[in-house]
Amino acid sequence: MNLLAALVHLGGTGKYINWGVLQISLANLIIIAVMILMLVVAIALPFPKHESRRK
Amino acid sequence: MITSPADTVIADKDTWTGKIRDRAVKELPPDRLLPDSQPSYVASWAYVFGALSIGAFAVVLLSGAVLAVEGPAWWHKSSAGLFVNSLHMWSTEFFFMFMVVHLWAKFFMAAWRGKRKATWITGVLAFMVSIGTAFTGYLSQQNFDSEWIATQAKDGINSTGAGAFWNVLNFGQMLMWHIVLLPLVVAAVVGLHVLLVRRRGVVPPFAPTNAQLAKAGLSLAPAVSGGGDAPVLEEPLKPPASEPHVQHEPVAAPAVQEPTGQAAASQEPTAGLSSQPLWNLPEAQS
Repeated sequence: MNLLAALVHLGGTGKYINWGVLQISLANLIIIAVMILMLVVAIALPFPKHESRRK
Repeated sequence: MITSPADTVIADKDTWTGKIRDRAVKELPPDRLLPDSQPSYVASWAYVFGALSIGAFAVVLLSGAVLAVEGPAWWHKSSAGLFVNSLHMWSTEFFFMFMVVHLWAKFFMAAWRGKRKATWITGVLAFMVSIGTAFTGYLSQQNFDSEWIATQAKDGINSTGAGAFWNVLNFGQMLMWHIVLLPLVVAAVVGLHVLLVRRRGVVPPFAPTNAQLAKAGLSLAPAVSGGGDAPVLEEPLKPPASEPHVQHEPVAAPAVQEPTGQAAASQEPTAGLSSQPLWNLPEAQS
């Protein structure tokens, strides 16, 4: 936990990314990227197969 | 003389309770309400995010119930209280993450097809009410963060005209909305959403287009060919009586004509394409 706290300074001022009139916090941008990654992985990753219980 | 549950339904049709039960059993028979198998196309990770959202929502409700039992001094001061408080916040984060990925996946599947508009709309409602619930949760934190959010939101809410009635600076009102009213609404809408999913079934994938069939070395039968896209059947496909557990939907179901002779010998593998109707596809274990 201390290692995680050292990696991400949770008590500090938030970092923001500006692009023209658009502004987004780095934390929100990372979360959006993770969600997109989750969708891509969910589509690409094969689903485990099971034998049907109905014979 | 009443000899079976089915006779009971007929016997009590004249009462309002009998009518409601008759309608409920007709719309959601037990094997559809709690199915023990799903169509083969559900065997994909893209279909799990709805269930993950419900799982996260359950953790949100349980951790919130514990916070309500113990009170603010406990969740602000004690180690266990801080843990449950964090659990409540992080399960909310996961609830929204899973819900957003679920929304994206269903959007790209056009999940409102096949009389599923009400399912889509209740999903949108659940998402919107959840945003309100999370917002009032941020206002109930009792720290500088919540004070900042409340004062910033006050101008926004006032601009909508609702500020006089729905006062984000009124902590008691926001807390009651957060722990009583809005969770009830979210639970009701999510419950309705799940019942509609059970009633209409999980949306099937798009049928292959003529171009995709041609690429795979297949073609549409003359009886149903003629359009640019795969034809959509007007009437829902009727299930065989022997397999009532498989969902049947009015989906595009082109009759696929297998190539013969030299064409068949030279065709590419046709994984994912089948001339079988949906109920003949292999099932996935639920």
